[in-house]
Amino acid sequence: MDFFVLMLVIPLVSGALLTVVGERDWAPNLNIIASLGTFLAAAGLTVEIVANGPRFAFGEQFFIDSLNVFFVALTAFVGLSTSIFSGPYMKNEREHGKLSAPRLRLYKSMFQLFMFTMLVALTTNNLGILWVAMEAATLTTVLLVSLYRTPASLEAAWKYFILCGVGIAQALFGTILLYFAAERVLGETGNALLWTHLVEVKGQLEPTIMVLSFIFLLVGYGTKVGLAPLHNWLPDAHAEGPTPVSAVLSGLLLNVALYAILRCKVLADGAIPGGFAGNLMMGFGLLTLVVAAFFLSRQKDIKRMFAYSSIEHMGLITFAFGMGGAVANFAGLLHMTMHSLTKSAIFFAVGHAAQKTGTQVMEDIRGLIRINPLIGWGLMLGTLAILGMPPFGVFASEFMILTHAMKHHPWATPILLLALGVAFAAIFGKVQPMVFGETHAKRLPHAPAITPVFVHLAIVLMLGLYIPPYLTRWFHEAARMLG
Amino acid sequence: MNLPWGPGGEFARREAAMSISGLLWQLLAIVLALALAPLLTGWVNQCRAWLQNRSAPPLLQPYYMLHKLFLKDVVLAHGASPLFRFAPFAVFGCMLLACAIIPTLSTDLPLAPTADTIALVGVLGLARIFISLAAMDVGTSFGTLGGRREMLIGFLAEPALLMVIFTTALISQSTSVATIVETLAHRDFIIYPSLAFAGIAFTFVSFAENARVPVDNPATHLELTMIHEAMILEYSGRHLALIEWAASLKLYAYSCLGLALFFPWGIAAGSSVLGLLMAIPVLLVKLVIGGFLLAGIETINAKVRIFRAPEFLGTAFLLAVLGLLVRLMLETRV
Amino acid sequence: MSATMPISAQLINLFASVILLLAFAMLAQRRVLTLINLFALQGLALCLATLVAAVSTGQTHLYYSAGLTLVLKVLLLPWILHRLVRKLNVKSEVEALINIPATMLVGIVLVMVAFNVALPISELSQTITRGTLGIALAVVLLAFLMMITRQKAITQVVGFLSMENGLFLAATSATYGMPMVVELGIALDVLVGVIILGVFFFQIRDQFDSLDIRHMENLKDN
Repeated sequence: MDFFVLMLVIPLVSGALLTVVGERDWAPNLNIIASLGTFLAAAGLTVEIVANGPRFAFGEQFFIDSLNVFFVALTAFVGLSTSIFSGPYMKNEREHGKLSAPRLRLYKSMFQLFMFTMLVALTTNNLGILWVAMEAATLTTVLLVSLYRTPASLEAAWKYFILCGVGIAQALFGTILLYFAAERVLGETGNALLWTHLVEVKGQLEPTIMVLSFIFLLVGYGTKVGLAPLHNWLPDAHAEGPTPVSAVLSGLLLNVALYAILRCKVLADGAIPGGFAGNLMMGFGLLTLVVAAFFLSRQKDIKRMFAYSSIEHMGLITFAFGMGGAVANFAGLLHMTMHSLTKSAIFFAVGHAAQKTGTQVMEDIRGLIRINPLIGWGLMLGTLAILGMPPFGVFASEFMILTHAMKHHPWATPILLLALGVAFAAIFGKVQPMVFGETHAKRLPHAPAITPVFVHLAIVLMLGLYIPPYLTRWFHEAARMLG
Repeated sequence: MNLPWGPGGEFARREAAMSISGLLWQLLAIVLALALAPLLTGWVNQCRAWLQNRSAPPLLQPYYMLHKLFLKDVVLAHGASPLFRFAPFAVFGCMLLACAIIPTLSTDLPLAPTADTIALVGVLGLARIFISLAAMDVGTSFGTLGGRREMLIGFLAEPALLMVIFTTALISQSTSVATIVETLAHRDFIIYPSLAFAGIAFTFVSFAENARVPVDNPATHLELTMIHEAMILEYSGRHLALIEWAASLKLYAYSCLGLALFFPWGIAAGSSVLGLLMAIPVLLVKLVIGGFLLAGIETINAKVRIFRAPEFLGTAFLLAVLGLLVRLMLETRV
Repeated sequence: MSATMPISAQLINLFASVILLLAFAMLAQRRVLTLINLFALQGLALCLATLVAAVSTGQTHLYYSAGLTLVLKVLLLPWILHRLVRKLNVKSEVEALINIPATMLVGIVLVMVAFNVALPISELSQTITRGTLGIALAVVLLAFLMMITRQKAITQVVGFLSMENGLFLAATSATYGMPMVVELGIALDVLVGVIILGVFFFQIRDQFDSLDIRHMENLKDN
């Protein structure tokens, strides 16, 4: 069987299966096995694409090239480690009486369906299906965010649904306009939403329509990326949902939404002269970065704080892609990878830490290093990594973005440095006393899964020191595709 | 826009209508207005009574009333100025003029060139000013209150009415009612969505202007709510008769304007005798239906508080603006 | 002048205007049940507009689209919403954050913005219905306004669905509809979304004893 088909079928089937058997004792294992299968299929697909070049699937409806296969591999990997992490985490939540068996079943099946929608969104060639998959991803995660059914989690989920619903509606309008522009060139053949067809005629698309279309698409999908000023849902959803959900929201959903913007940017760049799309993205990126950096210092809830950190990094990445060019795109892709891995590792560590101490309020979390040195170090190292300390990979990508900005857009450099500095001070100043310091917390009934944290951090560290040549080639090719 | 006084404009074109027969037909239209206006009021009252399961007053009740009032002596308040005595005649004159220039039978009558819609709004506004001033003239609290309320309504209703008129004027490229009617009635049938908006807005405005139910209630003298009735409390005898008659004429004028703008079919284009004779029954039928609908709407609606009246008229204004926008968006290009 | 416009285009323009009018009526509406009925009417107008477009252009997938709209937006969703309102005993009054005349004024401004934005684009369109693109955008923005200014969860949902109506109108007017597979996907998403929201309403009411989202303002940055 085809790796691609396998990769889509496994999460779909296991998601359906878990709605039935999700309450059994072995269900977490099934969740892990399904995620492992998805990951292996994605890895096989990656090898295939690297060896044979881009390919189609199901006629021309799906398209895998070096750009999206990279996201596919990343998504499947983070999905796998999250499922490993969530096994003991969710059992502990169950023991604490925060979740009932039916909710656990809901969680597992929705998690798999969420992976399915993410993978469909990444691999589809049809921009309409991309929209449908993004909306479906919202729907699956709304129920995950409100899993605890507390007033706060319901409020967060409601905000998430309404804001993302509004955002995604803007994206649909953008898609309609894009289709309208494309139909004038491609005719009513039904191919006018296929990205591969669009990219061939992108120079002929009507600029007037494309300007409006790209604005709507950027604002729409940008809502899901967490771009200011429509970022309000993100901290709430991250803070009030279960930690594995925070990890996949931050590590995957934001990436996929950004991927959607990148695909549209390629078209917009081809149609609109003068780098309009890039400038718009740079503006939104900078705004987001600054807003997030200044909100960081006001946070009291640990997951909220790291959610703002995600917004900050998304702003930085958007800015990088906005600058465009081989180096900035390379840096942007690298930073997306680094952020995904690091942020999910941090959320794993934070999840365990919050579970240990029974609170998410940072002032009440103290002395993690004494409760569990592994969690303590995991959180500390993860924080250092996300703050861009060398030798972690985030440093490499941030450094590239900064130098590129200095060279081509010097006016932006002080803003970038200021925002990164403020973020550094805010996060480090709060994490340090949490890791070190006095405590009196109890043992957890189920030993936490620490492995994913360190595997992620190890990869980030490795990529900071040494990027394997095939990965460099791959990034370069993807960066070239983005223009 | 075609200026009425330009070469080939309406004045030049309509010179032909200034004949003896044209004058006669114009006279007929005026007499018809004078005669039909109280009848329309009576008909609406009768319909209202039926719809509310009351026994209806006779159809000719308004005539009896006018007759009775004309026979009675006038009682003037102390301190009433000449304005107070002059106002009923001015109001009546304004309304009669309005009725005369709105094309009821034909678009080709001697007064038709003066039938500019903006002027029409001005004539109606003049009547409003006179009646409000007269109401405040005597210095009673009710009169002042009614006058102020009337001005409030007018201040909100006039812009809405103007917007409605602009929408129709945009379609026909002229502010002359005669040209508008000709454009709408005697061309190929085209659906104008903007006219739907304008029509609804016009209905709102007419209800407010004629002191009908959602804004005012013509049947009560409840001091907290009345507007029109509060203004004319001090009038008696032939003054009151003239004002009542003018009120009927106003209803008639608004009905005819609405019919002319939104249901113009049946109004004769030329001055052929047959066309004009046909126009009379058509007008009657339209008025009968319109009056019934008016009574129906009044029955199913409750009177709103006076403070909600601005909202009611604001909605009318917004609808009219929407009509204008829709006109610009949907109908200006091919 | 518009005299050369074919009758089908005139009809579509008429229905589009009705949709806009209904969007305004929804903005001004104070009662929840009437609001839902207005939404159903809006769906019906959308369905008729799509149907006219289908008949005049002979595109079969527009018939399906019209059918989908009829089933989903005129019958199924209003029915679900009616049931929800009755089951949840929602108070009939809709409370607005800003008073209604002010909202309407903002609405008019939004319509002007939408028309201005859409004008250059609709001039490029070759479909007979291109003028409605501005109306579609206006409906989207008005629905957005309704979601911002209303406090009941259920009104926000109606606003969301009304926004979807505007988007469908845009798709029909600019391009004679999206490819069928996309429309089906969108319809499915909307349906699933409303069902999830239905579940959600019960959870919200259990937690807050009300569907007023004023209770849901505790998550703040401080």
